[in-house]
Amino acid sequence: MKRIVYEGQSYGCSENETVLECLNSHGVPIPSSCKAGVCQTCLMRATKGNLPPESQKGLKPTLAEQNYFLACSCRPIDDMEISTPEPGQGKIPAKVIGIEPLNSDIVCVKLNPDIPFQYRAGQYINFFKDAATSRSYSLASVARLDDCIKLHVRRIPRGTVSTWIHESLAPGDRVDISEAIGDCFYVPGNPEQGLLLIGTGSGLAPLYGIIRDALADGHKGPIRLYHGSLNVEGLYLIEELRKLSLEHENFSYSPCISEGEAPEGFYQGIVLDVALKQTGTLSGWRVYLCGNPDMVNAAKKKTFLAGASMRDIYADPFVPAAS
Amino acid sequence: MSDTLYDKIGGDAAVNVAVDIFYRKVLADDRISRFFDGVDMDRQAAKQKAFLTMAFGGPNKYTGEDMRRGHAHLVAKGLNDSHFDAVMENIAATLTELNVPGDLIAQAAAIAESTRKDVLGK
Repeated sequence: MKRIVYEGQSYGCSENETVLECLNSHGVPIPSSCKAGVCQTCLMRATKGNLPPESQKGLKPTLAEQNYFLACSCRPIDDMEISTPEPGQGKIPAKVIGIEPLNSDIVCVKLNPDIPFQYRAGQYINFFKDAATSRSYSLASVARLDDCIKLHVRRIPRGTVSTWIHESLAPGDRVDISEAIGDCFYVPGNPEQGLLLIGTGSGLAPLYGIIRDALADGHKGPIRLYHGSLNVEGLYLIEELRKLSLEHENFSYSPCISEGEAPEGFYQGIVLDVALKQTGTLSGWRVYLCGNPDMVNAAKKKTFLAGASMRDIYADPFVPAAS
Repeated sequence: MSDTLYDKIGGDAAVNVAVDIFYRKVLADDRISRFFDGVDMDRQAAKQKAFLTMAFGGPNKYTGEDMRRGHAHLVAKGLNDSHFDAVMENIAATLTELNVPGDLIAQAAAIAESTRKDVLGK
């Protein structure tokens, strides 16, 4: 018999019993539907213990890598500690080591966590202003390339946390952040695959990390970045991205502006439209989307209809804080 | 040992290919695409895979009650026989596109058809 620890309670799991059956038989309600390892309603995460391969069948590689599994198809091979996927609550103390403007609205916040901090470029963290107030920000840094973690924070009009970061936070201050969360990151293993990345505003942050991570990993397929804003002033890291595209033949950078005439070197139009028009069919491509939720939702559907497989579409919409 | 319909169609690998083709057809079908507005596409694709797996005679434990509960909010939005017919057409077109023989398509269609009353809450 294996032991399953869930929410501080330990349960005995009989031979041939699944995690779902075990918890349900002990009166612990876990949402489920097909009970056949397909619909993914019973998704859980293992924090301890090895997982049987069949419990991760059909999951996106980025979920499998973080030890997510399906409770209905998991017959434990180890004692396990498991949780339901509500991550982002852990608090890790960190020191602010720099705040640098990227444009008139966006700053780069550099942090040094007090303890070793594991993350994948493209994931996000919750950044705590105080115990009760936090916002999610994507990680723009790459663990193997950068010696600190970096966030791109846009000043939101009347935004509680972003205004505090822009106006009050200073190098030397101490803050709390959560562990890294999210499944929008680069997974090695298919180096010839085309990567299409579309972002608006500070949605560039995770995409910038993913691109540098992929290039550092030796990704060979085309990597195309489309970054959109209303005007040139809304874009940032323009010189860094142009330089990166000169250094790597397979990386292209297309800055797009949606209002007014585009100067030389920029594209005129909505970033999603420009990207779809230039790339054409997306069969076999991997797609990363980040930024404005309307753009991200439209892009999910349109890139899928253009041929990208649902398993290959990774998105991180910015969800506005509840007012 | 005789292969099941699920094995003949190509098992899990075939369903993975079929679900993308099927979901693309459904989203592009003006008769039914509105029922999919505003849903999380990842979750929806997983559910469609579960549904196709069932229609192909593969592993599933869906009950009529699950089907009823899962579609009640759509019935409230006007889901009716004409929409169910459209989905049936899209299933057949998906399998045709994958070069599945006609007799197997008919078997899969019969399984899908058997859920009609529960899906439509009749």
